[in-house]
Amino acid sequence: MNEKKVIPIGPYHPLQEEPELFKLYCEGEIVKDVKWETGYNHRGIEKLSESKSFDQSFFLVERICGICSTSHPFAFANAMEEIADVEVPDRAKYIRSIIGELERIHSHLLWVGLAGHFLGYDTVFMWAWKYREPVLDLFEMISGNRNSYAMFKIGGVRRDIENAKIAKIRGVLDLVKKKTDLLTGAIMDDPVIHARTKGVGILSKQDIMDYCAVGPTARASGVDIDVRRDDPHAAYPLVDWKVITAQGGDVFAKAEVRLLEMYESIKIIDQCLKGLEKEKEGKIEVVVKNIPAGIGTGHYEAPRGEVFHFVKTIGTNSPARHKIRAPSYVNIATFKKSCVGQTISDAAISLAAVDPCYCCTERMAAVYDYGSGERMMNGIELVEKSKRRTEEIRRNY
Amino acid sequence: MVADLFYYFIYPGFLFTAVVGGLIAGVDRKITARVQFRKGPPVLQPFYDFFKLLLVKETILPAKGSKITFLLAPVFAVFGASASAVLIMLPLLGIDAGFRGDVIVVFYLLTIPSLSYIIGALASGNPLAAIGGSREMKLIVSYEFTFILIIAGIILKAESSTSLYRIIEVQQTGNAFIGTASGVLLFIAAMFCIQAKLGLVPFDMGEAETEIGGGAFIEYSGSAYALIKLTKYMLFFTLPALIILFFMGGVQLTGIHILWSALKLIAVILLITLIRNTNPRLKTGQAMRFFLIWMNLFVIVAIVLSYLGY
Repeated sequence: MNEKKVIPIGPYHPLQEEPELFKLYCEGEIVKDVKWETGYNHRGIEKLSESKSFDQSFFLVERICGICSTSHPFAFANAMEEIADVEVPDRAKYIRSIIGELERIHSHLLWVGLAGHFLGYDTVFMWAWKYREPVLDLFEMISGNRNSYAMFKIGGVRRDIENAKIAKIRGVLDLVKKKTDLLTGAIMDDPVIHARTKGVGILSKQDIMDYCAVGPTARASGVDIDVRRDDPHAAYPLVDWKVITAQGGDVFAKAEVRLLEMYESIKIIDQCLKGLEKEKEGKIEVVVKNIPAGIGTGHYEAPRGEVFHFVKTIGTNSPARHKIRAPSYVNIATFKKSCVGQTISDAAISLAAVDPCYCCTERMAAVYDYGSGERMMNGIELVEKSKRRTEEIRRNY
Repeated sequence: MVADLFYYFIYPGFLFTAVVGGLIAGVDRKITARVQFRKGPPVLQPFYDFFKLLLVKETILPAKGSKITFLLAPVFAVFGASASAVLIMLPLLGIDAGFRGDVIVVFYLLTIPSLSYIIGALASGNPLAAIGGSREMKLIVSYEFTFILIIAGIILKAESSTSLYRIIEVQQTGNAFIGTASGVLLFIAAMFCIQAKLGLVPFDMGEAETEIGGGAFIEYSGSAYALIKLTKYMLFFTLPALIILFFMGGVQLTGIHILWSALKLIAVILLITLIRNTNPRLKTGQAMRFFLIWMNLFVIVAIVLSYLGY
């Protein structure tokens, strides 16, 4: 019985809200090795972006991910503004930061809920998601949508946050803060949660460096990185806030970082609202008529870590090359360190602890032979196959 | 003979336990939903689930593995649950049948459902089910020892009688066992034991939906799964009833006592539901340590206390 058993998590599994496959090679309940296959979500966004105008691309990159649907436009806007060399008005900066931080709050609440669910603690799941609702309602009030807010454009934002709405936003923030207190108390003081998360899925500082992990995953291991501070943009240099780090590197530290980050986000939003009150209403964009040829990079600290956009323009009205790197792309690789040597229970929560977002990450698909495990097709062959299939369909109809 | 069959199949055995157990499962889901700010399914949802699984849904058999064992395991589970139900309910409801129920027999019958789950899981040939089965096995090894110590404590308190009738009689002539210090300790340990027997959070690692996707039950579908559901519903009534019998002086079905008896049942169910809604799932190793070290210590202290007369 020394043969390693493969425990599959995926492609469709209650642990993950998106399709992907983790193969845990186990001896008994101990995970000896982990391999993963992603690519179930491949949508060809980068290629699509090349066929869209710059304005359309904003809506496209917004749809990369439903949870961090501001992070991608944020990074894309940074990249485009580097090419066009425009300075965004202060009011737009504040609005951008408010949207970004509200998104961080709802994304972290979502993760707290999911982590509870993965631990079998469904009450935390339901409570966290209930308290996430007012934030989504706030988004609906500001932009008309609960998700995919369509707020960003080159040179500013599409919609203003009128000063009349500020009181309402403050009210919701107070509520969220109160409820976050409650959740933080429930999670930080629960001995059973401590028993399940402390010392589980530890990533050392060196592991983070080796795998180039980003975001709360890195900050929980004591790596002090945050794009908002390291490369100041939007309203972040104008307000007072600090980067949260923890030293443990385990699942508990990751939860701690996320919970405390929500308080920082509330602090940032509060100061941005004060900034908004001082600014005159309506000055939310500078008009950009032409995008010159050039290369621009933009990044933004998404709730899961640094999201990076590279854009090359050649003077036309669409990107000539658009490269996107989502935070989960690097964070997923840390599973090799965090899961091996643990039991399946611990591996499951370690997988969830980096808050992987597969729809952000997936860029390519590969076909493997079911029996031998050999790779069968490369990208070109797949394209050929797809063309043949299209021809077939056309012939038949 | 006819009376015995009636006892076993209709009242207070199979049918009665199944119906009340289904209702309790429905109430449990409703309370859980309320705790979680949800509306929750109708109270009769467990019955809809059961009949849909039994009559409508297709039963899919695993391609590998022993099909007969796989299908027989739920039948044995239902048998274990119903047989233990009739032995617990007869003394509890004060029906004087020929066989005077014995706590040792009940202990054995109550292990049958869990063992059947394991056998069914291993027969399915699914690696996830095998993990679930092995977790369930480790859990049984840990909590059954505590459970038998609790029974030893109860027997000691019931003037060294193993008869369930006698256990109720001692409590009804004197005080309920929960009224003493040792009784309280035994009660707490027993609550955790039945939580584990019911496979509810924090001891649901055998199913662990988000880790091993349903574990021991992953391959079950259709009528075979309906029988497993039925077993769970029956145990959801039988085990709280056993707690009432052991610690709360049983029930009396006359006058105002009916209300009092119902309150006892509701209190135990509420406690179970609350435990399951305010805890995350434990790991197998942690659960084993919890029972083998802490709960056993707890029960041994209780037994010593009751020996000293507290």
